[in-house]
Amino acid sequence: MSTPARDRPWLIRTYSGHSSARASNQLYRTNLAKGQTGLSVAFDLPTQTGYDADHPLARGEVGKVGVPVAHIEDMSQLFDQIPLDEMNSNLTINATAAWLLSLYVAAAERQGVNPRQLQGTTQNDIVKEYLSRGTYVFPPEASLRLIGEMVTFTVDEIPKWNPVNVCSYHLQEAGATPMQEIAYAMATAVAVLDTVKARDDVPEEAIPRVFGRISFFLNSGIRFIDEVCKCRAMTQIWDEIGRKRYGIEDAKMRRFRYGVQVNSLGLTEAQPENNVIRIVLESLGVTLSKDARTRSLQLPAWNEALGLPRPWDQQWSLRIQQILAYETDLLEHGDIFEGSKVIEARTGELKHEALAELTKVLDMGGVVAAIENAYMKQRLVESNTLRVRAIESGELTVVGVNDFTQTEPSPLTAAGSESILVVDNAAEREQVERLEAFRAQRNYADVAAAIQNLRDVVTNGGNIMPPSIRAAHAGVTTGEWATTLREIFGEYRAPTGVGSARGTTESETARQVREQVDHVSKQLGRRVKLLVGKPGLDGHSNGAEQIAVAARDVGMEVVYEGIRLTPEEIVASARDEGVHVIGLSLLSGSHGVLVIDVLKRLAEVGLADVPVVVGGIIPESDAEELRKAGVRRVYTPKDFNLTRIMAEIVELAAERHER
Amino acid sequence: MSADGAALGARLQRGDRSAVPEALNLVDDQRSEPRRQARALLDRLQRSRDSLQAQRVGITGAPGVGKSTLLDALVRSLRPERSVGILAIDPSSQRTGGALLGDRYRVRSGTGDEGVYIRSMAARQRLGGLADATAASVEILSAVFDFVFVETVGVGQSESEISRLVDSLVFIAQPGAGDMLQFMKAGILEVPDVFLVNKADLGAPAERTASELAAGLGLTTSLADGWEPPVLLASARDTVGIPELLAALEAHGRHARASGTLAERRFAGRVHSVFDSLTAGYGSFGLARIGGREALELRVREADQQSVASLVHSLSQEIEDDLAKP
Repeated sequence: MSTPARDRPWLIRTYSGHSSARASNQLYRTNLAKGQTGLSVAFDLPTQTGYDADHPLARGEVGKVGVPVAHIEDMSQLFDQIPLDEMNSNLTINATAAWLLSLYVAAAERQGVNPRQLQGTTQNDIVKEYLSRGTYVFPPEASLRLIGEMVTFTVDEIPKWNPVNVCSYHLQEAGATPMQEIAYAMATAVAVLDTVKARDDVPEEAIPRVFGRISFFLNSGIRFIDEVCKCRAMTQIWDEIGRKRYGIEDAKMRRFRYGVQVNSLGLTEAQPENNVIRIVLESLGVTLSKDARTRSLQLPAWNEALGLPRPWDQQWSLRIQQILAYETDLLEHGDIFEGSKVIEARTGELKHEALAELTKVLDMGGVVAAIENAYMKQRLVESNTLRVRAIESGELTVVGVNDFTQTEPSPLTAAGSESILVVDNAAEREQVERLEAFRAQRNYADVAAAIQNLRDVVTNGGNIMPPSIRAAHAGVTTGEWATTLREIFGEYRAPTGVGSARGTTESETARQVREQVDHVSKQLGRRVKLLVGKPGLDGHSNGAEQIAVAARDVGMEVVYEGIRLTPEEIVASARDEGVHVIGLSLLSGSHGVLVIDVLKRLAEVGLADVPVVVGGIIPESDAEELRKAGVRRVYTPKDFNLTRIMAEIVELAAERHER
Repeated sequence: MSADGAALGARLQRGDRSAVPEALNLVDDQRSEPRRQARALLDRLQRSRDSLQAQRVGITGAPGVGKSTLLDALVRSLRPERSVGILAIDPSSQRTGGALLGDRYRVRSGTGDEGVYIRSMAARQRLGGLADATAASVEILSAVFDFVFVETVGVGQSESEISRLVDSLVFIAQPGAGDMLQFMKAGILEVPDVFLVNKADLGAPAERTASELAAGLGLTTSLADGWEPPVLLASARDTVGIPELLAALEAHGRHARASGTLAERRFAGRVHSVFDSLTAGYGSFGLARIGGREALELRVREADQQSVASLVHSLSQEIEDDLAKP
């Protein structure tokens, strides 16, 4: 039997990293040995938001959702025995992207690798951070400036690097429809390109190369036919933008290049084994069509809605990719949708709608304007509200959640907390100790000079990269680099979009809850007041926003505190605002430390009787501990019925009156 | 068990910040015993005139003009020398009564600082209006903090309502928000004491808006009190123009004290509050039972030791007694 010609598979990756550089390096080397072909680094939240492990806001977050990287030693340790001239690394880093790339370059130079040989991607899309992911630091204009400078620098100095990965991934996680995903991603790319084009140091002839370096990072949901069409529509729109808006003549430069992480939002806590099937189908959406196939793929694990995946869980997802790429005949054919009327019609429809929305955003002044006036954020909060309510009403079927719920006990989760990875809290202490030891042995004069140089160059409008690479070699830390830039650019708080999100029609049960709110408000003497906030550094605010909107819609007065709060701030707000109930949302796994700290401080200011409810990705064993510590209710992704959550919150407020 | 109003009032008079949350909860409470305690508290504050010392400033303007950013910059420049209380008012849904109060999120400079107090309030029932507890809340904050800011979304009617609660009202506009005719039609230009065009970093458009505003003001203001409202340019984002705004507020405060308009304004504010509450409860028919608006003014002037809440309470009693007569 002759072997048919096969296309080369996409880069096979797994988004991973935790605890420490040493532990993550171990994991990477194991994954590569199992046949992974690229790396995708998950950084912890302090690293993503520019804090060292000993900063008060970092407490409870170090090593939780990714690896802490504070300095050159951490970065070198992370890639120990991994030759950087051969590796293709995807660094999921945004606000501090220029810094982590500088550390990566410095670590490569230490390995004796010329930066020109480096291949990989810095995510570096700040727009979606304001809209969804929440790990922004600087104001939009300063952020766009930094992105522009990285593009300008890498095009010449690290030519195989993708300096920015425009992410519609997180927009879908925030509730975006495929049309919105396309439109807002394109608007972001246009903003980046316009920024670079406007720079004095970028010659006209470099623009095609700049255009060619812009890559995308997409999501792929369970409606996989729509996903096929979305990718095809984006391929066409990008080609048109290149031709018409930027006059790019070389078709190769106009190619739509993208990587994918498939949808985590739709993964369920109930009957979690079903998630494997979802992940397979979602993978098909971005691999089936050869003309619009992804360049790299990373898959979540079946138990992501339960907690952090273990190495075995990640291996299972890795095998999905390998079966698809090496066992099936997928890579032996041309584009199987060519000539399909159905696919073409849906692609055309998405393209048409997305172009209209793109024009609307551009007419508004582009993405920066549409962030500052909260337009895009409002549209996303609205779409997500509709989605959440459709699940609640049963209009949207989610197997095992709102239909087909009868189930045998799952042997996969029988082991309880052993079916997920638990990061040892000692990781934080060890990272702090390592940081202190590193600081102690640095040449202080070099560090101070490098920081001063960074400050001077940035203040005078120079490119961020050269002084950052120098600072990386000198031993500057992530916190020091970010503090310097915070002093220059200031720190930003993005509009929340919840204030003017339109409500939807009220269900009968929601009406009953609203009457209950009126009734309890009378008993309490004033309207039920709820505080909603996110302690810690995790910026995924979608859940908290949905709770805030739902509480408003049943008649509560909601103080929406937003993200990145310390327990001290939450308690001070609860006291000053006179709230009846506190709702906290956490997704980073830092719940133990932070929530218990909130409870302790409430008691100290005499507010022990204010009920606290917590929502997030919280394993049952942790939930039990939180309840023991005094948390009144713990909500996890399986509690999709917001109206029921509201009813319970009102009940808690009422109890307080009765006591 | 309800809080002890008089005791809370005494703590507030000593400048005890820790009494503020409970006091604000109390004046918002609609039940009868708490309302009685709230009157005791407010009467006590009314008797000590210390609250005249605090400078009360209203901040208003359309959504998105940068009110919170401006407040944030103001707090930064006032701290740590002066303490600041902020009442941030957001609209309520007319259908459900619910509200999203998002301002705390935007004013970050006060976090972790006990010299800054932020309280979010919903505007509640009346369209474009303020909640009943707003005036009382301003009194409470004024007892403890050096500066009290009241922030509302301007929708036309609220300007005059808020202006009665404060010593100076600042109206924020943004460049290009432009058509002055709209402002003039809405009667907005007549109320504020200081105008500020934010986002001056945009350059020429900001200056154009400022000169349009100044021209529009020349046409509408009567200058009855001899105060000519200045039009300032600022960029709250870059903290440009904040010292100038504080200086203008200082100047307006001095002018109002010297000319006697401050005392007159506070008196008029009290009359309005009592009038509004009584007409909301009994209509003009009810008000006529106690002699109508003119008599009301006299009663308020005589009772300068009594809080608005307790005036409303005793006058309501009189109206009801009168209505009950055969």
